[in-house]
This record gives sequence, structure tokens and C-alpha cells, in this order.
Amino acid sequence: MKLNPKEYAHMVSRASPPSPAVRDCLWAFFVGGGICLVGEGLRQFFLYWYDASLAGTLTSIGLILLSAIFTTLGWYQKLAAKAGAGTLVPITGFANSVVSPAIEFKAEGWVTGVGAKIFGIAGPVIAYGTAASALWGLLYWLQGKVG
Amino acid sequence: MNYLWAFVVGGLICVVGQLLIDYTSLSPARILTGYVVGGVILSAAGLYKPLVDLAGAGASVPLLGFGHLLAQGVRQAVDQCGLPGIFTGGLTAASGGIAASLLFALLAALVGKSRDQN
Repeated sequence: MKLNPKEYAHMVSRASPPSPAVRDCLWAFFVGGGICLVGEGLRQFFLYWYDASLAGTLTSIGLILLSAIFTTLGWYQKLAAKAGAGTLVPITGFANSVVSPAIEFKAEGWVTGVGAKIFGIAGPVIAYGTAASALWGLLYWLQGKVG
Repeated sequence: MNYLWAFVVGGLICVVGQLLIDYTSLSPARILTGYVVGGVILSAAGLYKPLVDLAGAGASVPLLGFGHLLAQGVRQAVDQCGLPGIFTGGLTAASGGIAASLLFALLAALVGKSRDQN
């Protein structure tokens, strides 16, 4: 049987299982959406007592606490293996990136182990986030002076 | 409706991250850093506030929302005290999340045991 590359590619695509990318995206959508849903529940709860700004902060702190507990129990990593960006992109993923090395590097000591390694991902996130916001602040200030 | 939008918008923001994982070789650290800087840019352009108003936690919980928080904090601080605000506004607004992450990490290190990643 002679096949040109196009026919062969077609046969391969028919024989292979549905793209892992589609499955990954469904996992990311439902788990990521679910984490945000829990966050919205917390936010509505805190809105009974506090203004929107403080309720938002408390929502983040609540999710970070949940993420820290799940990470300590080893559950967050198991979920992350399936959910990919669904567990990475929410603030719980940021918390996981801080808590996980804290536990992992205890053997290397409290200062150069735990204290330093918790910033492995949080460090660049905070550094470049702060730099970007300061740059925007400078532009905003200049705009106010000129305009 | 709040809850539906939170779920859908939060889910879609995560799908974008998943596409970055599947189709580029970006590491998680780069994706998170990119999301925060992207959040600052979207917020500065005035595009992120409407999304937060619509989707609540769906927009504020993903790390884009962390960038939005930094940008909004700097903007408010510049309104209040001028140029020094570019230094104080961002981290002041984000302090709750950062402090909570660090404190809970230290507590977790006290009680947690290292285990296989499987």
C-alpha cells in the first residue's frame, strides 16, 4: 500500500486517541474554575462583614491556607499531576510553590534550606510583578504631571 | 450568576495557562511570572477591572489578579502621596497574600514531612 504523507498523517490522526491537549485543557478548566468557585464562595462570605478590598485579601488568605494544608498532606501535588495549569495559575498554585519547597528543603536547614528555597518561584513572581507595577506607577505619575 | 461567571472566567484563564504548558516550553516559574506581569499590564490598560467586576474571584484568584492588585495598589498610592507611591503601593496591596504564603510555608515546614512527588 502506497501512501503520500498527507494520507499517512490522516491515518495516524484517526488511529491515535483524542489529543492530550484537549484532555489537559478540560482538566485545567474544571479544576481551575472549581478553585475560583471556592474563592467566590469565600468572598461572598467575607463580604457580609468587610469591604470589597479586605474581603478580597481574606479570600486569598483563605485559599492560601487551604493550599498549604493540601500541600502538606501531599494532595495538592496529586491533583496538580492531572490538572496542570488548573492548579498552577490560581493563587493556590503560588502558595503551593512556596509551601512545597519549605517542606522539601528542611533537611538543608532553616536559613539556607527553608528560608531561601521558598522564594524559588515566589521570588521572580514578586520581583518582576513589583518592577512592572512600579514602572506603571511612574508612567501614571508622569501622565498626571503632563495631562 | 456571580458563581457561574467566577467558574467560567477562572476556568478559561487556567485553560490559557494549560495551552502555554502544552504548546510552549515555558516552565511553571516563567508562566506564573508572566501571569503577574500580564496582570499589571492588563490592569494598567484598564482592561482587568471590568473582568473583576464581572467575575469576582474568577478574575482575582488567578495570578493575573495578583498583578492587577499590584497595579491598583500603586495607582492608589500615587493618587494619595505622589511619586513615593510607586514604591509603597504594590507590595502594600499584595502584602496579605505574600505574608500568608510565607507564614503558612514556615508552619508547614515545622509539621510537614518530605515525601515522594508521586
